[in-house]
Amino acid sequence: MAISSTAHSVAEPQRPSAPDRSAAETRQDALFRGLLFGAASLVLITLGGAALSMLWGGRLAFQTFGWHFIYSADWDPVGRHFGALVPIYGTLVSSAIAMIIAVPVSFGIALFLTEIAPGWLQGPIAAAIELLAGIPSIIYGMWGLFSFVPFMSDYVLPWINDHLGPLPWIGALFSGPPLGIGMLTAGIVLGIMVIPFISSVMRDVFRTVPAALKESAYALGSTTWEGVWKVVLPYTRSAVVGGIFLGLGRALGETMAVTFVLGNAHQLSASLLMPGNSIAATIANEFTEADSDIYLSSLIALGFLLFVVTLIVLTCARLLLYNLARREGR
Amino acid sequence: MVPAARALMLRRRGRNLFSKFLGTAATLFGLSWLVWILLVTLLNGARALGPHIFTEITPPPGAAGGLANALFGSFMMSLMGVAIGAPLGIAAGTYLSEFAERRPIWRESIRFVNDILLSAPSIVLGLFVYTIYVRQVGHFSGIAGALALSLIVLPVVVRTTDETLRLVPNMMREAALSLGIPRWKVTVQVLYRAALPGILTGVLLGLARITGETAPLLFTALNNQFWSNDLNGPTSSVPVVIFQFAMSPYDAWHSLAWAGAFVVTMVVLVLSVGARAFLLKNRMDSNA
Repeated sequence: MAISSTAHSVAEPQRPSAPDRSAAETRQDALFRGLLFGAASLVLITLGGAALSMLWGGRLAFQTFGWHFIYSADWDPVGRHFGALVPIYGTLVSSAIAMIIAVPVSFGIALFLTEIAPGWLQGPIAAAIELLAGIPSIIYGMWGLFSFVPFMSDYVLPWINDHLGPLPWIGALFSGPPLGIGMLTAGIVLGIMVIPFISSVMRDVFRTVPAALKESAYALGSTTWEGVWKVVLPYTRSAVVGGIFLGLGRALGETMAVTFVLGNAHQLSASLLMPGNSIAATIANEFTEADSDIYLSSLIALGFLLFVVTLIVLTCARLLLYNLARREGR
Repeated sequence: MVPAARALMLRRRGRNLFSKFLGTAATLFGLSWLVWILLVTLLNGARALGPHIFTEITPPPGAAGGLANALFGSFMMSLMGVAIGAPLGIAAGTYLSEFAERRPIWRESIRFVNDILLSAPSIVLGLFVYTIYVRQVGHFSGIAGALALSLIVLPVVVRTTDETLRLVPNMMREAALSLGIPRWKVTVQVLYRAALPGILTGVLLGLARITGETAPLLFTALNNQFWSNDLNGPTSSVPVVIFQFAMSPYDAWHSLAWAGAFVVTMVVLVLSVGARAFLLKNRMDSNA
């Protein structure tokens, strides 16, 4: 008793009285929490604000052209008539080509990194592939314009013209002057750009497959490939599709690289060898040249369409990936 | 062995081998692009590089010059972008990890939206800043460019902060709270100290991401062919200059664009490799 009272009397003078301190601290804590809450809300505000501000900026175009804006192929700055069909078509086609290239290659890379490569090689190779994601889009664009486009027009496109051009049905896709710039080139560059995103998701989710599942497959005598195809892939299906959607979202919104190699031509053509345009490339190329309100508004409206489409694709991607994360947690 | 069974086994083995061959080929395919792109950029860039790149400003067609004004503009805007984006990102990430335990739905929806923002097209963020800032102020400016860049840094930092703070062992929080320390002090003095390497890595990765960013600058900072200390006016940046010069018909401009591409690539490589190495080293140290 005596001891504790001495301890009290020693400690007492140095401290402010207890109720004061706790009130001050409660206030500080509330303030701190409020600041953090504000910052966190900013994330939501940015996304919502971006959508609303572009809807607002594009309202003139939407009001003037209505639904016509989406399916009209006119793009006439002088006559002030704008339709988004050519850019929408270009974005969809170049992204489709990108996915046709990137999905199998990414699967192969994920397979290599999880099943084929020896342990010491996995880390460096994965880091090198990730580096591909770090290279800025403008560098892809420059390399594309000065190195890849000449390569395509000198070697690849003449071959495609000779061998795929005469084919029935799909021949129309592959015939045309070997300019080098065009849908096919843009699609290939986009494909390379999204490979690291898709392959890293695939690799990560392949690693989450419980060892017991794979071991049971091997115990039944299956080969590595059968283990991957019949056990790993079915187990991770939704997350793999999520990774593919994530790559698609990237491909749809990619701007600079496409701007360099797509050719900025407002025309619809069946051939993949012809120059075209994409939503992002149109905005990047023409924004500073927009000399009338309706022109500017049409470009912002294009941005709104792009944002809505990528938002839907990315939301699907995250929902698909989320399911796996939740199953992991259980 | 029965011949049919043997044939089946051979077929399965063959298929297995073939899949391994294709997987290896796909990896080599991916790596060959990396090598090709880096070689072209670094070789062409090294040829165009010289002291004049850093001392002279961007020339008109036909004259000699460098990229000094663009490098300065890029440096200032990236710095401001990080200065705005990183504190907000750290604050938001802290909220998600430490202060949202009573609102799980709210917390998860912010995480969800942040993940979407992380992969949203950067050109759209540029348009956003254009409509809410540039249009209201009435002129293009370096500040607008920095704002657009900060919106790209934000989700990167939010995510890394959130993830690293969640890795801090609960014992630390409990030990600090049991001493009667208020929560904000626990966060700032204990948790941030433990999570510092991870948070710093996030900031560096954010910086690496905006270094080569072009699209959002086109309608925020625009460009400026002269030296300008005024960030409240149009500001030049290396990526936008690369875009303008590479698309031009002049060889001298192409050469400058390659020099710019070299600088941007080197900075991005050093930042992203450095950030990862830094994190790895710290993880190893803390494990040892």
